[in-house]
Amino acid sequence: MLKNITMGQYIPGNSVLHRADPRTKIIWTMFLIIALFIANNIYGYVMMLALVGIILVICGVPVSYTLRGIRPLLIILIITSAINIFAYPGSNVLVSFGSFRITLEGILQAIIIAVRLSLMVIIGSILTLTTTPIALTDGLEKLLSPLKKIKVPVHEMAMMMSIALRFIPTLLEETDRIIKAQSSRGADFDTGNFIEKAKSFIPVLIPLFVNAFKRAEELATAMESRCYRGDIGRTRMKELVYTKVDRNINIFLIMFYILFILSTFFI
Amino acid sequence: MKAIVVKDLEYVYFSRGESEPARALNNISFSINEGEFVAVVGRNGSGKSTLAKHLNGLLIPEAGTVRIFGKFTHAEDLIWEIRSQLGMVFQNPDNQLVATTVEEDVAFGPENLGVAPEEIRKRVEASLEKVDMQKYIRHSPSMLSGGQKQRVAIAGVLAMNPKCLVLDEATSMLDPTGRRDVMNILQKLNKKENITVVLITHHMDEAAQTDRVMVIDGGKLVLEGTPRNVFAKTEILRKAGMDIPQVSSFYIEAVKEGIIHGGQIPILLDEAKEIFSNLSFASKNHELPPECQDKVMKEEKVIEIRNLSYIYMPNTPYEKQALKNVSLDVYRGEILGIIGHTGSGKSTLIQHLNGLLTPTDGTINISGIIPKGKALKELRRKVGLIFQNPEDQLFEETVSKDIAFGLKKMGVPDTEIEKRVLEAAEITGLPANVLERSPFELSGGQKRRVAIAGVIAMNPEILVLDEPTAGLDPAGSKEIYKFLLKLRKEKNTTIIIVSHTMEDIANYCDRVAVMNNGELVLTGKTREVFSNKEYLAGIGLDVPQITELFYCLNKKNPFIRKDILTVEEGIAELKRVLKK
Repeated sequence: MLKNITMGQYIPGNSVLHRADPRTKIIWTMFLIIALFIANNIYGYVMMLALVGIILVICGVPVSYTLRGIRPLLIILIITSAINIFAYPGSNVLVSFGSFRITLEGILQAIIIAVRLSLMVIIGSILTLTTTPIALTDGLEKLLSPLKKIKVPVHEMAMMMSIALRFIPTLLEETDRIIKAQSSRGADFDTGNFIEKAKSFIPVLIPLFVNAFKRAEELATAMESRCYRGDIGRTRMKELVYTKVDRNINIFLIMFYILFILSTFFI
Repeated sequence: MKAIVVKDLEYVYFSRGESEPARALNNISFSINEGEFVAVVGRNGSGKSTLAKHLNGLLIPEAGTVRIFGKFTHAEDLIWEIRSQLGMVFQNPDNQLVATTVEEDVAFGPENLGVAPEEIRKRVEASLEKVDMQKYIRHSPSMLSGGQKQRVAIAGVLAMNPKCLVLDEATSMLDPTGRRDVMNILQKLNKKENITVVLITHHMDEAAQTDRVMVIDGGKLVLEGTPRNVFAKTEILRKAGMDIPQVSSFYIEAVKEGIIHGGQIPILLDEAKEIFSNLSFASKNHELPPECQDKVMKEEKVIEIRNLSYIYMPNTPYEKQALKNVSLDVYRGEILGIIGHTGSGKSTLIQHLNGLLTPTDGTINISGIIPKGKALKELRRKVGLIFQNPEDQLFEETVSKDIAFGLKKMGVPDTEIEKRVLEAAEITGLPANVLERSPFELSGGQKRRVAIAGVIAMNPEILVLDEPTAGLDPAGSKEIYKFLLKLRKEKNTTIIIVSHTMEDIANYCDRVAVMNNGELVLTGKTREVFSNKEYLAGIGLDVPQITELFYCLNKKNPFIRKDILTVEEGIAELKRVLKK
């Protein structure tokens, strides 16, 4: 099940998007998602589809792999489409049985919603597929740094995020180990009703939490002895810099956006 | 200049559930010169980690002072300077790496110090080269082995350009290869870069490689000197819960028996080889050594494994064949050791024994049970499997409830449970007064016993233990083996032990199975297996020091036995072959 989630995974590569500054990618991801919501005619959707198509090809990640990200979304897509088909008011009735009517407008609306949701997921996946977690947190930290002035702990939040990412594999491994150990002691995770099953995970959760607290304490000690004291006087090995790549991406996407806005509001 | 000066250091702490404060450090004074390589040894809980935490101001002395390169640790404004000059590496490799890639992690220290980006990059590359990890610069820490992670942690400290390195039991969670790599790097840093090294450990073979050894017990400095002088004082060491290298204790025994007279005690294997090969042995036409007469139990087969193969994550890019065509028999009442380097398939093999993994190919039969479906429940009653660091799985409010967990799941009546809990606690040597305490309040060694007692209480016919003594001090390890032997004697339990500690395997196992790259390459009586010293070395495995010593003597004088497993056997053999 976990294997189908492509969002949040990083695929190493050397494409234009891989080389771009994470800030450029985060900002444009936001703008493109906003664009999806303000698009109101067929031209806008065609433009967005074309753009995402181009990005899919040039981002250096196998297209089929990126598209796999839609799979977990299928159920939601089907349900929302169904609701739209049956409930959207319209005058061009195609089929009707009893009080149910399927209208042309309903079908169009269903398609629009499906396209909108899928494009959103694809745009989001492309960001994480081409950006390392650490670059992503660095980018967010830099972008949100103005908030430091109103005492939002931006650096600390970014640090927490990257530590969380670092420990995901470690904790998964540990969970597996504890489940095996408790099974060896006769624990049974598969039989019984819902409540019994939930209860059977107590012997896994308690050690997991106890160990996580121990880890947290040891990690804090290790960080302290490596002179960590928040972002006071801290530098970074990899400083974020705008390069030609970012400039070109910006010029291209700004032109695209102007055309998009024109087609949305003036046609 | 003195790197470290500790004067009249005292530290007291209050632990939960205790009304009396514990004195972790009691009036300790010593100093360490720049460029020295010092080992601090002591049993678990002797106060050596508390001492380490004082050296870079993680703890501030309650009485006395600690001075690092002239700076007092209690002066708050100097603390960051002290921490950049004296770097620390901790025990658990997983809990000290911060970043998601190796290079980012090594950069963490200098980043905190505000070093310029180009300079950080240079330092990261140089530090990784010093620990021989430059190949892994873009790897994720979670993909590395324990030894490699510790080397990255050392690089992370080196990148801050420290003058002194303190390692707080940094080798205790590593396998022999990982430990050797870390020790080699420390030697190199000490000799070539003139970095002062303080190594906190309970492995005496590591202490033997240093300039000076300090023995801590009960928060006091009880013994100090060169490794040679310290190892000669066996009585004080034994009282402090410490052992000495096998060749050193062999030498001491030999002196006691009048085989050797005076001279210097050897602390390294090579020194011992020289001393003992200079003895005058009887003439060459002496009779050949007698055949080995070890008895093994081969009456009743309890485990039969035939052509077992196992593939992890088949049909994915991560596919890995962990076991290839393994066939093995285990007999009732024997103690079988399984050895092999990390990743050789030992853990995969033992997880098949109680059905945690099911074979990709081949069959397993455990006294009539095929591990599948409904039979698993009964199987897990028969086979008790204890993973490495089992204390990490304790979860109940009290020790006795934790021991009773498996019994409850089996549906044993309450009165019977009570009886069996007491019995298991007795076998594992848990004092009666801890049974109603929380397992989280106990010491590491006691926690481990609770975890093992939880499995023993289920009365398994077969007990499988993965690295049962990992992280324990010598005295603690001996206790574990003592009750395993008792268990076998009282209940005829079949015991399977996976371990990297060859001396323990040689001392306690009847037979040994050797794994390499997923294959079972050698099985036999312990003595037979360890006499294949060269073959074992070829697949990265050691033999006990005493075995290697006699192997070497045998090469020069073929009438000396080469299959000696313990110090006592060695003495007996010397007596047999020496000139009267």
